[in-house]
Amino acid sequence: MLENSTQYTIKDLKSPNEIRWCPGCGDHAIINAVQKAMVTLAIPIEKYAVVSGIGCSSRFPYYMNTYGFHTIHGRAAAVASGLKSANPELSVWEITGDGDALAIGGNHFIHMVRRNIDINVILFNNKIYGLTKGQYSPTCDRGKVTKTSPFGTVEDPFTPGKLVLGSRGTFFARAIDSNVKKSHDVFVEAAKHKGTSVVEVLQNCVIYNHNIHTEITDPKHKEDRQLHLEDNKPMLFGKEKNKGIILNKKGKLEVAVIGENGITIDDILVHDACDADGFLHQQLIDMKLPEFPVAFGVIRKVKDLVYDECMEAQIKEVQEDAKIKCVEDLLFSGNTWEVK
Amino acid sequence: MSTEAKIIELDEVAIRFSGDSGDGMQLTGTLFSDASALLGNDISTFPDFPSEIRAPQGTVGGVSGFQVHFGANQINTPGDLAHVLVAMNPAAIKANAKFIRLQGTIIYDSDSFTEKNLLKAQFKTTDPFEELNLHDYRKIAVPISNLTKESLKEFGLDNKSVLRSKNMFALGLVCWMFNRPLDYIESFIKKKFAKKPTVVEANLKVLHDGFNYGMNMQHMTPRYVVNPAPIEKGTYRTVHGNQATAWGILAAAEKAKKPLFIGSYPITPATDILQELAVRKDLGVKSFQAEDEIAGICTTIGASFAGHFAVTSTSGPGLALKSEAMGLAVIAELPIVVINVQRGGPSTGLPTKTEQSDLLQSLYGRNGESPMVVLAASSPSDSFYYAYMASKIAMERMTPVILLTDGFLGNGSQPMKLPRMADLPEITPAQALDAETYLPYKRDAETLAREWAYPGMKGFEHRIGGLEKGLDGNVSHDPANHQKMCDIRAEKVARVADMIPELEIYGNQEGGEILLVGWGGTHGHLLSSARELRSEGIDVSLAHFNYIQPLPKNTEQIFSKYKKIIVCELNNGQFALYLRDQFPQFSYAQMNKLQGLPFTNDEIKSRVQKEMEGSLSC
Repeated sequence: MLENSTQYTIKDLKSPNEIRWCPGCGDHAIINAVQKAMVTLAIPIEKYAVVSGIGCSSRFPYYMNTYGFHTIHGRAAAVASGLKSANPELSVWEITGDGDALAIGGNHFIHMVRRNIDINVILFNNKIYGLTKGQYSPTCDRGKVTKTSPFGTVEDPFTPGKLVLGSRGTFFARAIDSNVKKSHDVFVEAAKHKGTSVVEVLQNCVIYNHNIHTEITDPKHKEDRQLHLEDNKPMLFGKEKNKGIILNKKGKLEVAVIGENGITIDDILVHDACDADGFLHQQLIDMKLPEFPVAFGVIRKVKDLVYDECMEAQIKEVQEDAKIKCVEDLLFSGNTWEVK
Repeated sequence: MSTEAKIIELDEVAIRFSGDSGDGMQLTGTLFSDASALLGNDISTFPDFPSEIRAPQGTVGGVSGFQVHFGANQINTPGDLAHVLVAMNPAAIKANAKFIRLQGTIIYDSDSFTEKNLLKAQFKTTDPFEELNLHDYRKIAVPISNLTKESLKEFGLDNKSVLRSKNMFALGLVCWMFNRPLDYIESFIKKKFAKKPTVVEANLKVLHDGFNYGMNMQHMTPRYVVNPAPIEKGTYRTVHGNQATAWGILAAAEKAKKPLFIGSYPITPATDILQELAVRKDLGVKSFQAEDEIAGICTTIGASFAGHFAVTSTSGPGLALKSEAMGLAVIAELPIVVINVQRGGPSTGLPTKTEQSDLLQSLYGRNGESPMVVLAASSPSDSFYYAYMASKIAMERMTPVILLTDGFLGNGSQPMKLPRMADLPEITPAQALDAETYLPYKRDAETLAREWAYPGMKGFEHRIGGLEKGLDGNVSHDPANHQKMCDIRAEKVARVADMIPELEIYGNQEGGEILLVGWGGTHGHLLSSARELRSEGIDVSLAHFNYIQPLPKNTEQIFSKYKKIIVCELNNGQFALYLRDQFPQFSYAQMNKLQGLPFTNDEIKSRVQKEMEGSLSC
């Protein structure tokens, strides 16, 4: 047992269990980044609770030396909601995947986000069902050929960030599994945010959907294909950092090059993650190759009322001038009569 | 002609208030029964209403009824047939003709006998009584609508508001007939409409005018006296079953010194439990109205993992949706209570009607070997006690528990002798204490309960989940371990038999001819039938079960003492099937009913009489 539970290293967060993810799986990097973020946050280990659903990613709690609960398919959000509402002192992390959170657990996902319960959701998006060996998921692009769509899917995907926005989400960020440094930063921000924080991590499944994100993550092109947002900084990208995002006359985003067509640094949009109006956040979430780079980092971070805090506050408020203080008060209240 | 009403002393009376679902009959019935309980009568009630909030006005389908049975002796049922029917429209007479005792009294609003209303109730003539063959009844026509209008003439209210008060006229009249003082009802009205002084005044005026009408028309109606029942000393109040269930849960949480969490989703007829607990913020209850039934139980499991005493409430179809998560609670061995207020099934079935529909679902409705403790309450007021015991078992034995009640118990009301917290059994949760030796699936040698440690407790960090596991909570695919864990989980539930009382028999303790066997909400009917049959000299006894899984230890021994066993239940034989599996050496006759209604005493008695004749003839 640690003497001072806030002084620990990444080693103290690793459970003795052998990690059984496939060699080369993106999950290895993600767990590394989560553990680093937990060390940075320096919350006492016993206050961390990691809850997961079903899927490859959901084995996560077994590899952590914190409290952990590996639940059932799609229900991690609901279990985590109960856990956090019961004890708002905890740092609750939900580990989930695109199938777990957006298909079978879609209802719990949107309602957790709507309530704004203070839970950190790490959504591993590999656009495939890995644990059941290669069926399409709700984030697969139309036409995706898988074992259950041998002729290609005939349906369009969810964009997780838009689902979060549509559910009144207060925090959304995007990260790449292999970029541990940036993932770490985003996870720390997510944990510090009060309310439901959803971090979509583009994760590579080496077996069933290898290279699904390579177009975006390929080191040769990443400067041109990734926009790493920083709050209050202009949205610049490209090898020379001379490309940026502007709002055109039609009110839509556009890629512009500084020095071309009279564009200067002042024309480039400055990122404001804290803007309650989600218009630009949605535009940023929606940016796709090849027209745009893909946006990473904290896209939205907005203050709002937090469910678990409000629940406690309401109880406290009612209790202040309550006549009923214990069960016996309740039983003997109202219309009672004596039989002598 | 005498101007004094004839006063008749009765041991017991059943009154059925009946009208359109917007007529306020549930409130009228409740107020009358509360006033009777305050006078010291023993009571039992049965609300019978349609599942539509406002079914088409004036139709038989839209009739809402409330039966109250009160008496000077022990009252265990709402009564098979009513002595008095109060009918606010022709449809109410049609819907209730079969529930009135021969030669009973029918008080009806004669103003409602319009062509339109008769047509809506699908009468072919203008004489409903003739059409329904209701000859041998005392029919009292009262122009309730017009008298109410007259009574409120000076209030300047619109017609709709005026007619909304006509239930108070009927209530006043019935209060006069049965000698109930109006003070309790008056104070209720004053409290309920405190912010609307005109409504208070109007209702009080009509109530009194109804009462005075009875007094003035003494020649028309007899007057009855029902003396107080000789009941146990103590402080009483009227409770309905769902309320008592919620309070039992509250009492258990307080006794165990655990914060209470309820995660639930509204469903008829269980919704009251969520509502009763949601209002108890003063007692610190955290209530979470989830997005669906599944989230209801999953938030409950999450709160239990957090160290709260956590419950969820539901009814049949909701229990089906919770099956997978119940399995998670079984394998994770977390203490939760799942309260299932049964209703008619399958599927949506009969949402507002009672049925003992979910016994097999409760016992077996999960994937894998997934044993749970199952309890059933048997009266509105003892729902308190069984909710308390379900909670005690869950927290002391680290197991999910299903508590079965039903629509009849949940909506029915009864006086309850109020317990003192100090008199309730202790609850000692299986709390983990020593971090050095803690392992998530280390067990108490006697009870096999694991220890409860939860996030925030330093040094007890551990992982659990839905996958099969070993002692340390980690995943184990070892074949021998799975066998062992399945056996242990079953044995843990079986050992709950050590903490539950033995089965008690009503009737012939030595054994005898016939043993009626029942469980849950049929207790009142079975008991009063057995009592009546015994007073007629028939050797019949009753074994009624509240603990279903595990069964009381002496069950087998008791069954062996009787020549014939008749298992009576409001389904097609679910408990009988279970008993045949548990004790195949006995043969079980069955009495089953699937009409969305409780048994009647007549039905039970004639079933027993048939059995007696059968045994005599062979």
